[in-house]
Order: sequence, then structure tokens, then C-alpha cells
Amino acid sequence: MSATAPAESAVENTGSRSTRVLGAIIAVGTPLLLLLAFVWSPEDDVMQDAVRLLYIHVPVAILTYVAFSLTAVGSVAYLWKGSRWWDTVAHSAAEVGVVFCGLTLVTGSIWGRPTWNTWWEWGDVRLVTTLVLFLVYVGYLAFRRVPADPGVRARRAAIIGIIGALQIPIVRYSVQWWENSTLHQQGSLTDGKLENLTLFTWFIGQVVLGAIFLWLLVHRFRVAWLEDEIDTHGLVDALEERRAEAMVGVDEAVGGPVDGRIPSDGGQS
Amino acid sequence: MIRDSLLVAGKDLRIEWRARVLTNQVAPFTLLIVVLFGFALDANPGTLRDTAPGLFWVAVLLVTMLAVQRAAAIETADAAQQRMLLSDLDPGAVFLGKMAALVVQLLALEVLLAAAVLVLFDVSVREPALMVVAAIVATVGIAAAGTLYGALAVGLGVRETLLPILLLPTLAPVLIGATRTFGDAFDRVAADGWAWLGLLGVFAVLYCVIGTLAYGVLLEET
Repeated sequence: MSATAPAESAVENTGSRSTRVLGAIIAVGTPLLLLLAFVWSPEDDVMQDAVRLLYIHVPVAILTYVAFSLTAVGSVAYLWKGSRWWDTVAHSAAEVGVVFCGLTLVTGSIWGRPTWNTWWEWGDVRLVTTLVLFLVYVGYLAFRRVPADPGVRARRAAIIGIIGALQIPIVRYSVQWWENSTLHQQGSLTDGKLENLTLFTWFIGQVVLGAIFLWLLVHRFRVAWLEDEIDTHGLVDALEERRAEAMVGVDEAVGGPVDGRIPSDGGQS
Repeated sequence: MIRDSLLVAGKDLRIEWRARVLTNQVAPFTLLIVVLFGFALDANPGTLRDTAPGLFWVAVLLVTMLAVQRAAAIETADAAQQRMLLSDLDPGAVFLGKMAALVVQLLALEVLLAAAVLVLFDVSVREPALMVVAAIVATVGIAAAGTLYGALAVGLGVRETLLPILLLPTLAPVLIGATRTFGDAFDRVAADGWAWLGLLGVFAVLYCVIGTLAYGVLLEET
């Protein structure tokens, strides 16, 4: 992502060379991931075909943590430096994070039906904490839409973004802290239990979904930046336009420009 | 700092005592919630006894919304917050004072609520000490988060609808921990209540620290 914001007047879309490269990676990687996950990789001894959903579920869950951590970093940086760029990063990351957190819950629920024989398990601490994480950031996004002074809203949202991040370690380590209150397994990835094609498929899933995450984040950032530009300069520009229109009307009425210049006939017409 | 906190807490409690909003409106609402739970669960004594810990804390959270809205309203009325800023009080002390006042109010409501639950739901307490300590620690955590989020929503036109969506998910860990602790105290669940008390303690300390540090930022901009 470029450190400089898109120029207000020159922007016709939110695409750029970097997003087009990401788009190409996604276009090639998505069919490859689907083939690897649903055709080429073997089924699991215990989970059987349900394991294939984990090639999406696990990367999406990891990217949820990344998104909300980025919101916290952006929030701290905004409070520290007061930079609108960081505030926009925090806001954009939270929006993409909520989408990914929702996907985590949905894919987990679909996976849980054949594996645990239930769509939802209230006794599972990771499910419950992930749902709470989702709701915390839904609240954050609701706050971002509150009509208020942009500076006040950004500062308060930054505090909510930092507080919200406290939930991330709770979700991440819940299966270790409350071992007896979860159906989730401990981290197979970090324990080195995955191997060969399974590990490779997970890796491709992480890369492709990571590219989708970045693509969404960059576009959302640019849209949010342009929205801010409209909020900041939109009224001034609209006033300038109306003023110009009014001057044209006056010009026509008096038979010439009136912006301080004397008409050619000395104003007699 | 302690002196400033006591001053702010005393001010909030005095205003509340004179306005009588807590006793005339919030306390009857607390009893109403217990009665509604009884109707909703078909007045089944076994079900009510089993769910009493959860119902108690859900009722506390609902009442907290009202109490926090009220505490925030005190500050917005007549530009009270701006005047407090001029008085050169430490923002952290203001936070702790407002939190302490909220703790006192919530504990008073919880005593009433506990009496109603014990009598109407026919619940017996196996470990009163655990119940009392858990109520105090959980209430400190709820009041700290409530005071912080109340300040975040101050001055915004949509405070009434915004506060629950911000605060309730944040208080979910307290609801879980306090329900488990009360379940143990009421002898309704096989949980180690004293262990869950640790989670409540961590939550309370965390939000007291965050609130004390962040309140200055929030006060400055109002």
C-alpha cells in the first residue's frame, strides 16, 4: 500500500498497479486453491472430507487476528501522531476484519455440523470468544458511522480499537487456558503435525486469502480516504460551484462578467 | 488523587441521592426484570433455580445500562464536564471517582436483586463469602468499563442506542465469569468459583488501568 493518499481530483477508481498484481495472484491462486483443497489433497483419517473446509477456515481466522491487530496498531499510531492516514488504516482494517471474522464463524459452523454434529456449541470457549470478538468490532464499526466531529470520532474510535484488541489473545489462547471447555484441537500447525500436501494446501490457502485480504484492505482504505476528502472538502467545493453558477447568472443579467471588471460598455447596457 | 476521586464520587452520589432516580425508577425496574424472568421461564422452580446465576447477572447488565446512561447524563447537563475540567482535577481521579460512585449504586441495586432472586426463585447460598466477593469484584469491572464507555458515548446524539452495542460485548467475559462463580456459590454448577474470580479480577484491574489512562484523552475533547 502506498504511504501517500490518492490525489483527490485525479482519482477515477481505487485500483493501482499493486492492486492489479494482487488481483492477478487471486485470479490464478483461487482455482489452484480450490483444486488443491477439494480434489488433490487427501481426506483426513478422522475428519474425512470436512477437513477441506479448514484450508479456508484457518487462514481466514488468522487474517481476522491480523486485521484487528492492525486496527489496534492504527489506533495507537493515530493517538500518538494524530495522522488521518493511520485512522483510515484502523477503520479499513476493522471493516475487512469483521468480514473475515464473520467468515470464520460461518465456515467454522459449517465444519462443526458434520464433525461435532452441531452448528453451534455454547460450551466451546473459542466459538463463544470469537463471537464476542465479532460483536465488539461490529460495535466499533457502528461507532465509526456515528455523526460527530471527525476528530472526536477518530480519537474515541481509536480507544475502542485498542480495547477491542484485548479480546484477540483471549480468543487465540482460549483453547489452552480452558482446555476442558473446548472441542477445538490445539494448534496442529504450530505443533508441526501437518505434512506434505496438507501443509502445502494450507500454505496456498494462506497466500491466496492473504492476497484477497490485502486487496480488500487497499481498496477499502482508498474508498475511506476519498469519503474523508468529500467530508472535508465537499462543502467548500460545492459552495465554490454554487458561487460560480451564481456569478454566471449575474453576468448574463448585466450582460458581462462582474467579477470586479467593468463591462465593455461601461455598464450602461 | 484519592481526595479528588472521593470528591467526584461524593458529588455523583449526592446528585443521585437528591434526584432519587435510582430508588424511584431503576430499583423498581430491577424487580420488574426478576418478575419477567419468572413469567418467561414459566415459573418453573427447578429451571429458575438452575438459571438464577445467569438471570441475576443479565439483570445487572441491563440495570448497568441505565446507571451508566444516568452517570453520563449528569456530566452533559449544564456543561458540568467542562466546569470539572476548569477545576483542575486529575482526569484519572475523575474516572476513579465516577467509577466508585457507579460501584456503590450498582452494589445497592445488586443487594435488592439478590434478595428478590433468593426469595422469588427459592435459591439457597452455599458459599456466601464467594458470592459477596464475586459481586464486588465483578461490579468494579462492570463499573470501570461502563464509566469508560459512557464517556466514549457522551455528547453523541445516539448515545442511548450506541452504549449497549459497545458495552455489552465488552462485558461478556464478566457475565461468563460471574455466572460461573455465582453458580458455584448457589451450588448449581460444578465449577471452581474461586478460579473464575481470577478472571473477574483481571478484567477489573485491566479496565481500571485503561480507564484511568484514557479518561484524560476523552475529557480534553468534550
